[in-house]
Formats: sequence, C-alpha cells, structure tokens
Amino acid sequence: MPNKLAEKRKIKSAQKMRDIMTTYYLDAMTAEQNHKQVAWITSGGPVEPLVAMDIIPIYPENHGAMIGSSKMGEDLCVKAEDMGYSSDLCSYARADISCSVVKGGPIGGLPKPDMLICCNNICGTVLKWYEIQARFYHVPLFILDTPICHTEYSPEIAKYVRAQIDEYIAFLEMVTQRKFDYDKMAQVGRLALEGQLLWQKVLNTTAHKPSPMSAFDAFFFLALIVTLRGTQIAIDFYKELIEEMEQRIKEGISIIPNEKYRLLWDNLPVWYRLKWLSNKFADHNACLVADTYTSAWCSAIKYIDENNFLDSIAEAYTRIYLNIGVDQMADQVLDMIKYYDADGFVMHSNRSCKPYSFGQMDIMEIVREKADIPVLMIEADMVDPRNFSQSQIETRSNAFMEIIKQRGS
Amino acid sequence: MIYAGIDIGSITAKAALIRENQVLGTHVILTGYNPINAGIKVYETLLEKVKISKTDVKAIISTGYGRASVNFADKVMTEIICHGTGAYFIIPGILGVIDVGGQDSKAILLDTNGQVENFAMNDKCAAGTGRFLEVMANALEVDLDQLGDISFKADNPTKISSICTVFAESEVISMIAGQQKRENIIAGIHESAAARVSILATKIKLKEPVVMTGGVAKNKGMVAALEKRLGFKIIVGDFPQENGAIGAAVLASRL
Repeated sequence: MPNKLAEKRKIKSAQKMRDIMTTYYLDAMTAEQNHKQVAWITSGGPVEPLVAMDIIPIYPENHGAMIGSSKMGEDLCVKAEDMGYSSDLCSYARADISCSVVKGGPIGGLPKPDMLICCNNICGTVLKWYEIQARFYHVPLFILDTPICHTEYSPEIAKYVRAQIDEYIAFLEMVTQRKFDYDKMAQVGRLALEGQLLWQKVLNTTAHKPSPMSAFDAFFFLALIVTLRGTQIAIDFYKELIEEMEQRIKEGISIIPNEKYRLLWDNLPVWYRLKWLSNKFADHNACLVADTYTSAWCSAIKYIDENNFLDSIAEAYTRIYLNIGVDQMADQVLDMIKYYDADGFVMHSNRSCKPYSFGQMDIMEIVREKADIPVLMIEADMVDPRNFSQSQIETRSNAFMEIIKQRGS
Repeated sequence: MIYAGIDIGSITAKAALIRENQVLGTHVILTGYNPINAGIKVYETLLEKVKISKTDVKAIISTGYGRASVNFADKVMTEIICHGTGAYFIIPGILGVIDVGGQDSKAILLDTNGQVENFAMNDKCAAGTGRFLEVMANALEVDLDQLGDISFKADNPTKISSICTVFAESEVISMIAGQQKRENIIAGIHESAAARVSILATKIKLKEPVVMTGGVAKNKGMVAALEKRLGFKIIVGDFPQENGAIGAAVLASRL
C-alpha cells in the first residue's frame, strides 16, 4: 500500500521532461552535421534573438547543474584546481572549464560553441569564465553589460542596455553571415513571454495546501524555461504540467505525505543533495513550497512588452532578481512568504555564488523583522560537495524545525 | 517523576537526571570512539551514582552529535534547543546563551518564555571551540583546566592572528620559541577564541542576561575574554558542561 501511494505522488510529467531534454542535447550534439550553429549563453542572458536566428543555445550553467546532480562535481572541480584555478572560483565555472578539456561529466562535455554570449546580469564571474572559453575554443564572444539597478532603471541604463541589444543583433548577423529576421523575433518574443507566464503559473500551483509539488521539483522542471525559452516546446510542456498539477490539487495529491509546515528556499539548490535535503525536511512534515531561484525566470515579466519586445527586454533582463538592490530582493522574498504562506525561510549561503549570497544577512534580518518567521542559513555549495558538512547541516535544519514546531504549539 | 537527558558530544558524553525541577545528579565521561557505549555507560553510571533504577525514569531525550546513537532514548532533540532549555531551567529569565563545546560554538537567543527564537553556529571551522583550546593547551604543555588561572597572570596578551586552529598552533609554537611568556600566550589564545565566538553573539543580537554553557564555560579566562569583547556580563551557572543533558531531561519531562 505505501508503495502505491508513493507511486501516486510521483509527478508523471517528469519522464516527458527528461525526453525533451535528451532530444535538446542530442540536437545540440549533432548541430554541426545538421549545419546548425551553437551558442553558449549565460543563464540570465537574452536567448530570444538566438532562437529567432535558429541558433541552438547551450547553457553551461544548466550543464553545471547536471554535473552537480550526477555527483560528478568534485572530480571536475579538482581537475580545474589542478589546472591552476582557485577553489574559491564558482563551481559551475570550474566544472565547465575542466569539462571542456577532459570531456567528462554526465554527457561527455558540451558541444563545441560557434560563439559565446555572456550577460553579466547574474554575476561578474561569467566575464572571465567566458573569456577563458573564447580563448579555448577560438570563437567570438559577445558581452552584454547590464548595470546593477540598486534602486531604479534610470534613463542612462535604459539607453546603454538598449544600444547593446542592437550590437548583439549585429554580432549575430556577423557570426552567422545571415540577416536578422525581425518578424521571427516578434514571434519568438511572444512565445518567450507566454512560456514565462506559464512557468509562473506552474510555480503558483504550490500556493495550494497541501502543495502538489515542491521547490525540489521546480529545480528540475526549470530546465525548459531556461533552455527552450521562446519555443513552442516549452509552452506545450508547461501547459501539460499545469494540467497535471491542477489534477493533483483536485485529487488532493500532495508531494510530501503529511504537509504541515511550508518553507521558502533561497539561492541555488545543492544539486548533489536534493533528495537528501528534501527527505530531511519531509521527515519533519515540512515541504519547501517555493524558492527565489526558479522564480527568477519569470520575475521580470512585468517589464516585457510583446509588441515592443526588443526595447522591453533591455529592461527585463537588467532588472532580474540578482541584478537589483538588496531592499528590492527582500521585498520579493516578503511577497513570496505571504503568497505561499511560508512558516520558515531556508537560506543557502552558497560558496560559489557570491552575488546570490551577498546581502543574505541583511535579507535575513529584514525577513525576521517584517515576516516574523524563523530563518535558517546553511553553508554549502551548489556543485562542490567538499563544502557540504552533513552533520552540521543536519543539526541546524533539525533545530530550525524544532523552533518552527515550538512556535506552532 | 524522574526524567533523563543524555548529551553525546564530540569530546565528552554527559547524562543528567531531574525530578520536580531539581537536578538529581549529572555525570560526564569521555565519548571515545564508540558513542553507543558511551551513551549506555554515562547513563548507567549516573543511575548507580544517584541510586535510581531504570524503571523509575519516565522518559529520556538524547542530544549532541551522537544523539542518534542513544537507541534507548524516547526522542532525539538538537543541542540548540536543549542548551536553550537547560540554561533557562538553571537560571530562569535569561535571554541569551553562549555555548562553547568540543567542536561547536553557538549563540542562542531566547524569548521571555525560554523558547529558542534564533541561533547562530560556527560552520566549517573549529576555531574558537573547545578543541581549539585543547590543541593550544597541548602545545603549551598545560592542563586544560589550568588555562583560565594562568591567563589571569598575563601582563601583555599576545596577538594570535591566524583564524585556523592548525595555523594558530604553528603561531603559538613560534611564540614559544620566541620566549614569549606562557601566560601572555594563553591570554592571547583566549582573546582569539573569544573573537570568533563573539561574532556569533553579535550576529543574532544576543540580549542580556546571557549565560555561558558548555565545557569551555569552566574556563574563567575564556569567560573574561568574552565579557571584554562583548562588553557585557556573562553568567556561568551550575553544571555548565552538563547543561545540554539537563535541557534534554527538562524537555523529556514535557513529552
């Protein structure tokens, strides 16, 4: 009987998602034979012009997540350190740089890029990381510089970023030796926006009690809105996923057996410990219902105008979660706590991701004061397991849950 | 009704029995390599010591790093909740606890009912813990218990700049070689450890009255260094080392 119940809890769309991702990577791996070009792009970069140009976008960061999930991060990070890179460097960067050399990891390395697109709206590390890869692969690199919007999106920033969108298009025309198709761009733009709206809808389903899925599932389902944003594939898949979630809500199928406490997660996942962490919290009847990470791919929807796509993405890509001031980040967190009715906030202080982890102490204080819920900070790393101390994290998370339970009683 | 708490720490195992808001007795042994045996031994020795039979004990809670290895406990709780509860039981009305144990140091903020509101713990690094002091005592050939008294004779505490325990030991060894006075080195060690621990206290804005618990609370030099650093008085109650076990026993009485 318990097995039957566990089977019922499994999200059926997961298999389809795996198939889509396999096809996506196969297409990329065979791009050269099919006379297609491949661009590597940072996770927060504007991918839509690539899709409009029929260039296959590849995300080293998504690959980094795959490396972490398959627990192959340590070897690749060590390899990068052998090459002379510091252990303080981001583990996505280390894994990607060494993987290019040894062709390791779960899929034997990424397909060779024809060009690199680097947008620094997520961090500054990507600048040097992509320069290194541009030298390694001897391919052109385009850098899109998005100044941090501490308080507002000033006219100067708007002008500066918008001008670079045109340079970006000129760069693509130069590398592909083809004209940019603005009609196709408008079409892709509409699909990209629709995809993001659907992704937001997927995430919103977890506001239901009990939650039909958890943030751990969102970490997985996120891959499509990252890699296939602007395509019909992502739209069709998320429609199906929403249907499945709505059906689960109707039938009362929750992702964890006895959801009693609802938690919000901050920062990237600890990829190699997803299941362990999920079980740890589930043992306390706690479900991580939402997170600041996966919602970053729909947090700037309000700035997108599908009828004026290129102008509006300049603002949308500049004002993403990691490129705004701490006060604004805290406001978003507070909104999420309210929307998802969270009983606690779990912050992953991520050794690798400095821009995400910087400011966490302030956000922690703000959340404690304004939302009056317990906050837990755990120190770890998204890919490098050498920064994960199991017994320390176990003690902290158990104590955190004890505090939440005491408050509830 | 009698209740028991067992705290299996990284260095020592502690057991405590309470009855009607009174500590009946406590016992401390070295944990050694086998935490399961340590749990049984510390508990049984205590029962013998206070002449109480197992059947008289109504409930047991285990805590500490080896908490899961006490298989005869009714429940497992983390040392954070246990230390908060224990300290409040010994000295009601306190609002903060600084606990420095073998490999952990933590600051705990309590509400007016003695419930844990927030905590901060060291992570990834054992500097500022009991193990740090133990390593230094070994390097200086001083009994761990003597560190406090000796440090009060210092006239000019040395400055230890390394945060890492291993590097700090090398630094201490070079100070010894440089003929620095032992009392000054020890006072410097306390100041260095206190600097690490006080960060945890300020991180969660610890409020007075504050109690210090854990084996290191028995070191008066360390308490004084912390008081100096934090700028407020730190109370050391009875049974600082067994505080986690006492807290576990108190929580057992609420099961």
